[in-house]
Amino acid sequence: MQRRIYFDNASTTAVHPEVLKTYESLLEKYFVNSESLYDEGTEVHRMMEKARAAAAGLLGVKSNEIIFTSGSSEANSLAVKGVMFASKDRKHIITSQIEHSSVLNSCRQLERVFGYEVTYLPVSSRGIVSADDVRQALRSDTALVSLMQVNNETGAIFPIDEIKEIVKKQSHAYMHVDMTQAMGKIACSMKDIDLASVSAHKLEGLKGSGILVKKAHVQLEPLISGGEQEYGLRGGTSNSPADIVFAKTLRLALENQKKYHDYTAGMKERLLKGLKEIEGIEINSPDDGIVSTVNFSYEKIPSEVMQNALNARGFMVSARSTCESASNNPSYVLTAMGFSERRASCCIRVCLSYHNTPQEIDLFIEALKEIISHYG
Amino acid sequence: MVKYDTVLIRYGELSTKGKNRKDFIRKLDQNIRHILKDYPELKYQRTHDRIYIRLTDEDPEDISSRLQKIFGISSFSFTRKVPSDLALIQNECLNIARETDKKTFKVITRRHDKTFPLNSDGINRAVAGEILRNTGLKVDVHNPELEIRIEVHAGDTYITSEKIPGAGGYPTGINGKVLLMLSGGIDSPVAAYELMKRGLDVEAVHFASPPYTSENARQKVLDLAQMTSVYNQGRMRVHIVNFTDLQLEIYKTAGDPYAVTLMRRMMYRLAEKIAQSKGCLAIATGESIGQVASQTLESIACINAVIRMPVIRPLVCMDKNEIIDLARKIGTYETSILPYEDCCTIFDPKNPVTKPTIEKAEGFEKKFDYDKLIADCIENMTTVTVHPAEAEDFL
Repeated sequence: MQRRIYFDNASTTAVHPEVLKTYESLLEKYFVNSESLYDEGTEVHRMMEKARAAAAGLLGVKSNEIIFTSGSSEANSLAVKGVMFASKDRKHIITSQIEHSSVLNSCRQLERVFGYEVTYLPVSSRGIVSADDVRQALRSDTALVSLMQVNNETGAIFPIDEIKEIVKKQSHAYMHVDMTQAMGKIACSMKDIDLASVSAHKLEGLKGSGILVKKAHVQLEPLISGGEQEYGLRGGTSNSPADIVFAKTLRLALENQKKYHDYTAGMKERLLKGLKEIEGIEINSPDDGIVSTVNFSYEKIPSEVMQNALNARGFMVSARSTCESASNNPSYVLTAMGFSERRASCCIRVCLSYHNTPQEIDLFIEALKEIISHYG
Repeated sequence: MVKYDTVLIRYGELSTKGKNRKDFIRKLDQNIRHILKDYPELKYQRTHDRIYIRLTDEDPEDISSRLQKIFGISSFSFTRKVPSDLALIQNECLNIARETDKKTFKVITRRHDKTFPLNSDGINRAVAGEILRNTGLKVDVHNPELEIRIEVHAGDTYITSEKIPGAGGYPTGINGKVLLMLSGGIDSPVAAYELMKRGLDVEAVHFASPPYTSENARQKVLDLAQMTSVYNQGRMRVHIVNFTDLQLEIYKTAGDPYAVTLMRRMMYRLAEKIAQSKGCLAIATGESIGQVASQTLESIACINAVIRMPVIRPLVCMDKNEIIDLARKIGTYETSILPYEDCCTIFDPKNPVTKPTIEKAEGFEKKFDYDKLIADCIENMTTVTVHPAEAEDFL
């Protein structure tokens, strides 16, 4: 059996054993509907509310500001479309060209179907939006600024603190931050932020689970119509075992954040050192991005071919966002950063975790060298 | 509902084949039993011109859809079996007539047992009379909505009201084995179907070019093989050849225009060697004249020249639309159009030569040691046997 090495932790992560254990016992024992009035139902409801309060506590918000969702794509869609549907007069959104497809396609849908106006801010060669560009884009009818804290393809960190200050001071727009790739990696503050999206499965939690943080003052229209679950903002029987275990997922990730960070930083350093030894490899991630993500290109081998070759040697990596992996187009993130189409078509994204070892990094560098000498 | 107790299967073209007839019937019987093997209660009876399957509680719809995929059957009918006695025959036919919502009918009798007291026409009249007396149905001999068919044999009579067309052709496997080049496109699975229809057992060879082709592309080919294996006695062997090093060498030596011609010549050489070692008497491809640069008559001539084994091209004169219609019919189309790279598109040249010459191709081939590379390809070949889709245990 070939040794398989997982370098795709921004796509998803392995479920934490403690999360899995808790989830299994919840599924087995607490299957009833959390809205049911008999004892078992109220017990599940109580546990869900406990979990909601715990998650809120970890993030420094109120319990009723946590909305359980099926993950970040739903949280992003709900934030962007929900805010705009509830906005009476203001019809303008500011976002960036390199957001996740759930934000970009929500914005495009609002333009196409509902006639809203969207400003897609450019990014620098370091892959970030400038606070000054946000300032200039703000209008009296801007209802929402939606930006990611960390880019999923490059690991670039947006200057969210600077941006949110400008948005608060100079407009009445709500500030939505997609924290999918930031939570558990860098400090994520809910201060002066109106909405934030978090996904469980990027934090060793479950797929199909996440939250939208929505501050109490924010007006939102639901996307899923139904009963009164999630304050009437998301209909449908609650996925209570997943929602309950979200709190533990978040706690474990935040408790271990520093430990994971410091360890992964060492791995990244080792990886970058190895990559720099290979002629023709260009690093696409900025130096000051998060420690777990390294995006690079080798222009003689297209992403898909490189991925296949790495796969054959036991390495699991992505190229562009996994949500875009079915398309053969160059990465729109790298294109927006000003890289050539060729470079943007040859990118590989390595996303480390604390499970990876120095030996795995060395094997990866060896494999890369071998592939390049054979197919380059 | 009319509850049928017997399936009556009529043979296809094999009826015409004099002395090999016994083998054909035995093979057909084998293929039918194989496709229905998860119905252990079925009872089979074989005669010189029919196969009868005795039903108990099986789902006739499912059995019907499976039988429609068996080559060598011209048609089949779900029937009720009664002893060959006029009163019993009349009674069963009346039951069918009473249950139908159709308005007009016709009785068609074939008397195989010439000792039966009434002749065919006599039986027709006796049965029709009974139905006319007891129901509101009317006779229409030209365009009846309901056709009641009666086959009188010595001992038993089979009554049916529906004749379901079979797939025709010869029982798969009766005419020997061929090696098909299976690419993952629309054409080659259709070619597989046509070959099987002529009674040929099909093994496949697939040329993969990892890492230029992905695991998805390989799986797609296996999926297509799995779909067509339904017609191939429920299994198909796929030989997978890793072709990358040979392709890279071709590209280095010949460059753009001749790369595809040389690649196809190498594929033919490989296919012939594999076919010989697997007991296949011919090679088959999904090629169709003029479809792409490597399928012009000049290209085919230049490519075919490298081997002596016959090459069967079932689709050679079909239009793309006809091929697509067939692919839809056998259910492979949607999988075939999945957009994974195959080994032909990977080195897709800008200006492939459409009129290659053997001399030029041989000139390029003199420049590198392809025999060694071909031997390596065969050495590293892997073989997978696929069977029709079965439920996976997580479902």
